[in-house]
Amino acid sequence: MISGKLDSLTALESLRARLRGERPRDAAVIVIPAGTCGRASGAEEIVAAAEEVIQEDGLADRVLLRVTGCHGWCEMEPSILVEPRRTFYPRVKPGDVPRIVAAAACGTVAEELLYSDSKTDQRIERQEDIPFYQKQVRTLLGRNERVDPTRIGDYIAEGGYGAFARALHQLAPSRIIEEIKAAGLRGRGGGGFPTGRKWEMLAAQPDGQDKYVVCNGDEGDPGAYMDRSLLEGNPHAIIEGMLIGAYATGANRGVIYVRMEYPLAIRHVAMAIEQARQIGLLGDSILGSSFSFDISLVRGAGAFVCGEETALIRSIEGEVGEPRQRPPYPVQRGIRGRPTLINNVETWANVPVIIEEGAERFARIGTPGNTGTKIFSLVGKVRNTGLVEVPMGITLAEIVYDIGGASATAVKAVQTGGPSGGCIPARMFDLRVDYDSLQAAGAIMGSGGMIVMDQGTCMVDIARYFTRFLMDESCGKCFTCRKGIQRMHEILDDITNGRGKPQDLDLLEELALAVKDTTLCGLGQTAPNPVLSTLRYFRDEYLEHIVNRRCPAGVCTALVSFAISEDCTGCGRCAKVCPTGAIAGERGRRFRIDPEKCIKCGACRDACRAGAVGVVPGPERVERKGRGCPA
Amino acid sequence: MPSLTINGVPVRVEEGTTLLEAARFLGFPIPTLCHMDGLEPYGACRLCVVEIGEGSGARLVTSCTYPAVEGLRVRTASKRVLRARRMIIELLLASSPRSRTIQDLASAYGVRQQRFRQENEDCILCGLCVRVCKEQMMAGAIGFSGRGSKRKIVTPFDETSEVCRRCGACMYVCPACQLRCTCAEPERALCGACENLQPPCTERHDDMMCYMAPCVACEIDRD
Repeated sequence: MISGKLDSLTALESLRARLRGERPRDAAVIVIPAGTCGRASGAEEIVAAAEEVIQEDGLADRVLLRVTGCHGWCEMEPSILVEPRRTFYPRVKPGDVPRIVAAAACGTVAEELLYSDSKTDQRIERQEDIPFYQKQVRTLLGRNERVDPTRIGDYIAEGGYGAFARALHQLAPSRIIEEIKAAGLRGRGGGGFPTGRKWEMLAAQPDGQDKYVVCNGDEGDPGAYMDRSLLEGNPHAIIEGMLIGAYATGANRGVIYVRMEYPLAIRHVAMAIEQARQIGLLGDSILGSSFSFDISLVRGAGAFVCGEETALIRSIEGEVGEPRQRPPYPVQRGIRGRPTLINNVETWANVPVIIEEGAERFARIGTPGNTGTKIFSLVGKVRNTGLVEVPMGITLAEIVYDIGGASATAVKAVQTGGPSGGCIPARMFDLRVDYDSLQAAGAIMGSGGMIVMDQGTCMVDIARYFTRFLMDESCGKCFTCRKGIQRMHEILDDITNGRGKPQDLDLLEELALAVKDTTLCGLGQTAPNPVLSTLRYFRDEYLEHIVNRRCPAGVCTALVSFAISEDCTGCGRCAKVCPTGAIAGERGRRFRIDPEKCIKCGACRDACRAGAVGVVPGPERVERKGRGCPA
Repeated sequence: MPSLTINGVPVRVEEGTTLLEAARFLGFPIPTLCHMDGLEPYGACRLCVVEIGEGSGARLVTSCTYPAVEGLRVRTASKRVLRARRMIIELLLASSPRSRTIQDLASAYGVRQQRFRQENEDCILCGLCVRVCKEQMMAGAIGFSGRGSKRKIVTPFDETSEVCRRCGACMYVCPACQLRCTCAEPERALCGACENLQPPCTERHDDMMCYMAPCVACEIDRD
């Protein structure tokens, strides 16, 4: 138990020594990742099973249990990691737990439950030896494995708040900013603005009244959850980063803004703030110094645009989340008119690492100008879905093929940077993943979403999907964002429905460039990216839709037809499920689909046991409706 | 006092001046829909975009909200600006073709067609009515609700506002709806003062600050 406030550096260090001393020395530790992703795949049952086994078999002094946040490999969850051997068990079922616990207690391995590599067919014991982990540099995610996010003691015993204590007692604020600048840290939310320079600007603002530092946790990209895993798995690292930032810039107030859709992250952050306050790491005169700082938690109200910093400020003030013109920049005039520094979750999490390890060591990872690691959420058509943390400057091929395990023949493109990112075709996968290369290729780093697409993905449909998302999420203040995105969606919708006209592509491009040029905030300025990048790299697919009225990927229902092949056994199941009675035939012979009646719902394909119902990307007569002036 | 150049003409302006004010001071025309002197700049219609910066760093910003900064080089009618402005007018025309203001703009900028699906929306959500109600009439009776394509101007909870004193300023400033008073369709009306043809404003307020001249209700009262 930890009680009382820490009033000095020595008090923190002696607490750390005590916590470390209390840990049993040669006990095995069963580590179970139970972030939102883990819980969704049943991690809580595994935790309950492990608790029961440890209790019943009286192993409490030999086997410890640690419930942590996400480790990254969501595809294999619920998983168990056994320390100190670092044995990794994927997709654990509650029934497997007794064997794993027994093996852990004797320091052995439950061989048959280990991960088996599909390429070599060999079982691999240690997590580090698994191909998924081999190319990763897990500076941040690796820490998730070592702490229970609900216990500040875990974090302190692992050296937590040591970087802050060192900064507070040994480094002058200007020295800390120099360190961050030397490390070359750039904003991980997507913009890539040098963090040190931002800090310097806040530090230059006059002291005396309130100054704010804000953690932006309004992660809204579909399919991206890097920030969630950090907030859930290691909230104290964020608090420590903010403490260092506040001390370096002279800020006295902190805000962590977490989107409402992350209940577990909100719970863990709220607990962490409370715990830090109780032992005096937040509040007045921290660690006996003259530095005072406190953090409040603000829950987002469900708008994507609130991730934009001026909209975020308005949201924190309790107003409608709507961006405004910069300048004045938030660092000049932010929350309630006071200077405000906003950094992304991942940026804050990197701060203690830099102070702890030194700028030089941090800068050695990655490439010059793009230092450190970046977490990506790798989803879509890959074998290893999950969060991957890689050094900046790694190639897309390494992420998609080597880490993600995607098949090189099937992959068509990867979409980086969330809904407002761009699609990069497979032939360009030797592209280095850093802020500048991605930008040059028409995509963005964004906060780190990475969606892998294969030959079964229609690029026009993808552009339409993302445009739809952005159309719904546009705040509507800017006329060109509100109407421009709506019109882009309208044209894309026409194309995917077979109503496209050849001149549509030029209009689409013209409109996209105007939207990019004339909108106020990042949402509007990047919204045309999915359209422009697919037009740039997959123009032939657009033309197929418009000229030949064919969807090559077989996705756009208006441009495909359903047909029954010779494999048909004549069972008649398809005819039975068809809602429009479009399928007819004699039992025992090949059935036929009447294209006039078929509504392409796909029920027949799902019902067919012989796999005889297929999608043919074929020409089809469509009713033509024009757009434009009626006159 | 920052000094900047607009279309190559050097100008010194007071701190806090916007690019729009500076350009208009020099006589360079910049079209606007959501701007009005005396109201807080909002930057919604995007028509007033101008180009700032050089080379690859050049970008468009709305002149009504961008402050005059020392050393800035502004172009109010570059190719890029005009191309963007024409597209904005085309989008406006596609959504609110009945507005005389928008028709005039299209004519002035040579926009002779629009290539999108025709809509008849009237309101362009420029927010002038919201700002005039709050900042000049001190009422704050109307505001925005919803986001994106669901955004609209309403009274709180879409109910008749108690702070609205039927002054008509919202209709007076509106650049889009030519049929400003919709009393024929009370369910669409923000105001609805003429429904009972009683002058409600004079009963409650000494200073009417009324823009609805001639007001049907007042005229009847006078008889």
